[in-house]
Amino acid sequence: MAHCQRGKVNSARADVQKRIALIGQPNTGKSTFFNRLTKANAAIANWPGLTVDLFQATVTWEGETVEVVDLPGIYDLNGFSEDERVVQRFLENYAVNLLVVVVNAAQIDRQIRLLLQVQSLGLPAVAVLNLADEAKRYGVQFDALALGERLGFPVYPISAKYGTGCERALTAIQRQIKAQSEAYQIPELGNVLAANPVSQAKMEAVIAGIVHMPSVTARTLTNVIDGVMLHPILGIPLFFASMFVVFWLIWNVGLPSADPVDAVTGWIQSTLLEPLLAPLPNLLQDLLLHGIWAGFAALLSFVPLVALFFIVMGILEGSGYLSRAAYLMDTLMGRVGLDGRGFVLQMLGFGCNVPAIMGTRVIRSRGMRLLAMLVIPFSLCSARLQVFVFILAAVLPNSQGAIALFSLYVMSFVTAFLVAALFSRFKAFQVREPFVLELPPYRFPSLHQVFLRVWGEMKEFVTRLSIFMVIGTSLIWFLTSFPQGTTGLETYAGQLGKIFQPLMNPLGINPFLTVTLIVGFVAKEVQIAALTVIYGLSNEAVTEELRRTMTFAQGFSFCLFSLLYVPCLTTLGTIWGESKSWRYTLLAVLAPLVIAWAVSFSFYQGVTLLWH
Amino acid sequence: MTLLDLSVGQVALVDSVFLSHHGQGLVNRLEAMGIIPGKPIQVLRKAALGGPLHLRIGSTTEVAMRRSEAQWVSVKLEH
Repeated sequence: MAHCQRGKVNSARADVQKRIALIGQPNTGKSTFFNRLTKANAAIANWPGLTVDLFQATVTWEGETVEVVDLPGIYDLNGFSEDERVVQRFLENYAVNLLVVVVNAAQIDRQIRLLLQVQSLGLPAVAVLNLADEAKRYGVQFDALALGERLGFPVYPISAKYGTGCERALTAIQRQIKAQSEAYQIPELGNVLAANPVSQAKMEAVIAGIVHMPSVTARTLTNVIDGVMLHPILGIPLFFASMFVVFWLIWNVGLPSADPVDAVTGWIQSTLLEPLLAPLPNLLQDLLLHGIWAGFAALLSFVPLVALFFIVMGILEGSGYLSRAAYLMDTLMGRVGLDGRGFVLQMLGFGCNVPAIMGTRVIRSRGMRLLAMLVIPFSLCSARLQVFVFILAAVLPNSQGAIALFSLYVMSFVTAFLVAALFSRFKAFQVREPFVLELPPYRFPSLHQVFLRVWGEMKEFVTRLSIFMVIGTSLIWFLTSFPQGTTGLETYAGQLGKIFQPLMNPLGINPFLTVTLIVGFVAKEVQIAALTVIYGLSNEAVTEELRRTMTFAQGFSFCLFSLLYVPCLTTLGTIWGESKSWRYTLLAVLAPLVIAWAVSFSFYQGVTLLWH
Repeated sequence: MTLLDLSVGQVALVDSVFLSHHGQGLVNRLEAMGIIPGKPIQVLRKAALGGPLHLRIGSTTEVAMRRSEAQWVSVKLEH
């Protein structure tokens, strides 16, 4: 093996923190092990020069602080996907004291390739063979000690999910990091790998005699289940049945969960805040209660709903069913320039567009990725769901409201497909990448891992959106409270609504609702708070007012427009951050606006014609 | 013959992976998935209406692969 060009960076100095990087293929449980290693104290961090943020944590072992970074899952250190480029750039630009390679023990026969690539880098390394319990059930046999001797770095079988073997692996990692006073950067990683290609013969030699794989035709429980779930006829109905269960959970568990939160925030306001703020001037008191606090309270009221979404999605993903959904839907998605993963991400987008936009990183082709980011915002997110439930409760009785809500989901999908089919004809969105999607075995999701993810997502969600909610509701408060002494359409908000009326009247949308759409750009759920402020009424009273003044056609037209128009500011910021293109971001604003207007116009005018 | 020619349930050995319009990217990705010459590969099912193939590579790796990619994988029967 040629001598590797490792750039040493002396980290023995007290001011230089040691660093461990976790590397591994997707579906190996790398992030589960990362959480074990760092006791789930990770935070998202931006690294200059990289195009994505990484999970990292700082741990203290025997008085020494060590930074642990979870690199994205990659198939090939020399690969071309964006995540593979991120890993390459990280190792080229940031010094690492120790690489921890997480491998799926059940697939050691092919993942040995990544271990050999790491070996060719010459960095200090420890390998963990995760999912050792799964490997045992498959009948995979391996000698970890002998494998470590052949690779030149220690190898430990573990189960990150159940904790088996983790203590021993952790002790070894701590021992290794303590011994590693040097950190290493690898300039020109690609050249190092090219100079030491992992040949098939090398792979076979390193596992010969110490790794034994089961029969190629062995039948597993996963195969039995897939016989039903991926059945050519039964598969798709079963998929939509599972989606129906998700909708049912949202409708019967998620939505009612807002009520106790509203009760708590109402109690806080009347019992604590109002007495506290009584000495302040009326105007300031009003701003704090009905601008700032109202925004935060509205945000909190749907935290349980969003949490439920992430639990459901975490279970679908952790069980392995989500990749089956991608397989089932690829026949359709491939025809509109996306792939099955685009469908998976759209499903994630129904929880929140923001993580779904982030999830497009798995799409290696920039063109397809941009296309996916263009259609994901049409996914009816939980924030918009709150708005639609509110409006539909006013204009339709319960059972019809559910049907209308479902039709909005259908509209969400139809619009996404048509937009994808249309834009995939442009060169900027046409680059195709090979479609090879791993289908992991069915697993019981680790509830601990699901809740860790939900907790992390909820913290991110509240942190990210709190400022927008407060700004949004404060802005609404300002627009509806000034000029001082005015009410209704005489306020700045009303004036703004009237300015847009020539455009919005043909859709049956009145000036009050127009203002909520403008402010809904900040965050979709602000529309509810905006309605209560503009009308100067409670939620219940606004519902009565809408029931009295709004027809079904007007209410549904508003829902269609709200569904399709500009992505919220957070989603838009994420789109900009991920695409690094202002021109593309502008398209992500203008295209939905035009589409929303056209769809709402067609619906409202169509219904109006039919009824006359 | 290619993966497309195999029947559902049939096992074959990978012969080679041709360079397609994806170039080396497809070859690297398939190698990382375990699709290398001499490796057993089985078609578990084919999605309806020209959808992807569900393949087993070796004994423990399963993937979905579009037919436009599967056509570049040359296989041979074991006998």
